[in-house]
Amino acid sequence: MTRYAVGIDLGTTHTTLAVAPLEGDPAPPEVLSIPQRVSQGQIEAQPLLPSFLYFAHASEGPQALPWDAERTFVVGEYARARGVDAPARVIASAKSWLSHPTVDRRAGILPLGAPEDIEKISPVETSWRYLEHLVEAFDARFGGGDASLTQQDVVITVPASFDASARELTVEAALAAGIEKLTLLEEPQAALYAWTLGMGDAWRRQIAPGDVVLVVDVGGGTTDFSVIAAVDKDGALDLVRVAVGDHILLGGDNMDLALAHLVRQKLEAEGKAVDRWQQVSLVHACRVAKERLLSDASLASAPIAIASRGSALLGATLRTELTRDEVTRNIVDGFFPSVAGDARPTTRARAGLTQLGLPYASDPAVTRHLAAFLARQSGALSRLEGISRRSAGEPGERAPRLLAPTAVLFNGGVMKADPLRHRLVETLDAWLAADGAPPVRVLEGADLDLAVARGACAYALVRRGKGLRIRGGTARAYYVGIEGAVPAVPGLDPPITALCVAPFGMEEGTEAALPPHELGVVVGEAVRFRFFGSSVRRDDKAGDALDEWKPGELEEQPPIEVTLPAVGRREGDVVPVRLRSRVTEVGTLLIEAEPLRPLHADERWRVELSVRAG
Amino acid sequence: MLQTLPLPTRLWFAWVCFFRVLFDGGFASAAWAARGAAPALPAAPAPPSPLPPTLASTVAPEPVRALQLLSLLQREGRLVDFLQQDITTFPDADVGAAARVVHDGCRKALRAHATIEPVRSEDEGARVVLNEGFAPDDVRLTGNVGGQPPYAGVLRHRGWRATRLDLPQLMAGHDAHVLAPAEVELP
Repeated sequence: MTRYAVGIDLGTTHTTLAVAPLEGDPAPPEVLSIPQRVSQGQIEAQPLLPSFLYFAHASEGPQALPWDAERTFVVGEYARARGVDAPARVIASAKSWLSHPTVDRRAGILPLGAPEDIEKISPVETSWRYLEHLVEAFDARFGGGDASLTQQDVVITVPASFDASARELTVEAALAAGIEKLTLLEEPQAALYAWTLGMGDAWRRQIAPGDVVLVVDVGGGTTDFSVIAAVDKDGALDLVRVAVGDHILLGGDNMDLALAHLVRQKLEAEGKAVDRWQQVSLVHACRVAKERLLSDASLASAPIAIASRGSALLGATLRTELTRDEVTRNIVDGFFPSVAGDARPTTRARAGLTQLGLPYASDPAVTRHLAAFLARQSGALSRLEGISRRSAGEPGERAPRLLAPTAVLFNGGVMKADPLRHRLVETLDAWLAADGAPPVRVLEGADLDLAVARGACAYALVRRGKGLRIRGGTARAYYVGIEGAVPAVPGLDPPITALCVAPFGMEEGTEAALPPHELGVVVGEAVRFRFFGSSVRRDDKAGDALDEWKPGELEEQPPIEVTLPAVGRREGDVVPVRLRSRVTEVGTLLIEAEPLRPLHADERWRVELSVRAG
Repeated sequence: MLQTLPLPTRLWFAWVCFFRVLFDGGFASAAWAARGAAPALPAAPAPPSPLPPTLASTVAPEPVRALQLLSLLQREGRLVDFLQQDITTFPDADVGAAARVVHDGCRKALRAHATIEPVRSEDEGARVVLNEGFAPDDVRLTGNVGGQPPYAGVLRHRGWRATRLDLPQLMAGHDAHVLAPAEVELP
């Protein structure tokens, strides 16, 4: 029997879990304190489980937990701390690897550059280990059995920008951890659920039909934008997620690194050297100083002191300070510059030989990424019913260049800083004014660190009919690329037709119409197709075939692959199939190949979303 | 403070007492004892004993918890490093820089693991009155200590009280005497 609604924020830098009972008096979600190793031999329960995994060396002995005396690896605070001392044995940012489009995410690749005695694990397994730790901690607290986390209604959040394969891999990790009743939820939606939860019924006075809420989520490692519109549906308020942004690897960690670099230069100019170990303390000290300066406008500077590694503190401690001017110049102006609405992020041409690494954003300006997102999604409301829009194309009025939000909801630790929120709102208002739109309102009152887990828990309750649900479906349309049969010309790619297999906005538990086009697959062989997604083409229906599209409208995804088993057919035969797509109740995209002449009713094969290196 | 009873009540009470003294032996002896005594007051609380009656009642010390706290303050704020170093020859600027490291780290650790509140909420320098029955663990009298409560005096220090202390659990077999392990870096 299911007894609890559980929300899990499986974050890039931290993982949190919120739980609420399903029966009895309704209670607000409680954030679980998660027991974890905090140092060698010591265990402590903390609400945040740092998303780090440390492979202990044989000389360190077992890394026992209250529920497992023989464990050889560590998840959580001690793993993060060991990242300073023994970085080659620690996995960080597994979530960014899970959504990395050009590595095999089921292959043992982490930690990068690990010593020989470590059996490397895959990004999927790393996420599985984090979830496994949550299952064990939950069961230790609630007793297991039918109160085990594996038996509860669990909602795991993913960035709205996660593509179909990254979502599927998240589900794979959860299933491996034994979580059975699982649903995915986009993080910005979770933030909005948490906000409505925090406001009680008062939130309905703050959002009315016609409102367009921009969720700006800047976490430790990623920046994520979503737009959720409030519409009138038969006289009642309805919320629809209408647009999501691209996956941007840019966050608070970049800001702390930028400041640490600056402070390091100051120290080196004074003739003081900073070693690798002190560099980590320096980044941490810069974060603390930055938060102090951004939260207290009366401070002109914040001191920074970095201890040496040895036991002597005096005479070996580096001392400097971070000034308000430096924070304003590097963080407020560096990451949130006041730019015009037509500003776009600069892209750096990738070097021919790219190192294996994470595809970090090359432009640090959050405001430029936001301008690009709003411009790209300027037509996001065009097909939405029940919302009054400023009509485009009226005499004397040009179509708005940017999607115009009426309200902003912030999420993520970085956005706690008032000067950053203020700068973002000020910049956004200037763009809106240039388009003749009114300024935005800021939706206040969310706990930005724990909102996502709480909101996910609230969503688990909403799914049982307790509250208003945000609709929206898939944030992309998906296409299979079919190469045209033309004579090969050296240096020229064959023309590609994009066949829509899943339209934009497919809701959970629905199936797309079967497209009329046939594809031939060879029995007994793995056949790959190029695969594309679009976050802007809202009008294509399943079966539509595109011969051309505007630059940037379609983004290539890792290829998909279908293998027809030879059972009942001759190996090597070409079998005509059609592709049908479905969005599962969990929230993942499922594509199936249906033979035109099935051997038995309901004969279908699953088409794998490839997660292998291209 | 005893009030004088009104005359009708006294007449009625004398009449009742006449018969109870005559027929109720217990009442008679109590009335006899009370005849010349001072009016009875509510029982005063037993004066707190300044010393535990015997050494047997002291709480067994928990060295492991104390070692854990030291280890925590060393890990987060380098407290043991700071206290173990001789600081007499260093200039104040160096002491100040080190103190920031220790203060920042220990403060963060203390706040995460303990809740510490003032014992008295008044401002230091304020006049306070201590009534009879105040807890001697909470307040220490200084200066002209003597006489009977209530005491009127000036609050010189607000005092501190830990209302919560959560230390990490220790795994069996871990040697808590190692406050910080030695570190050997392999090239």
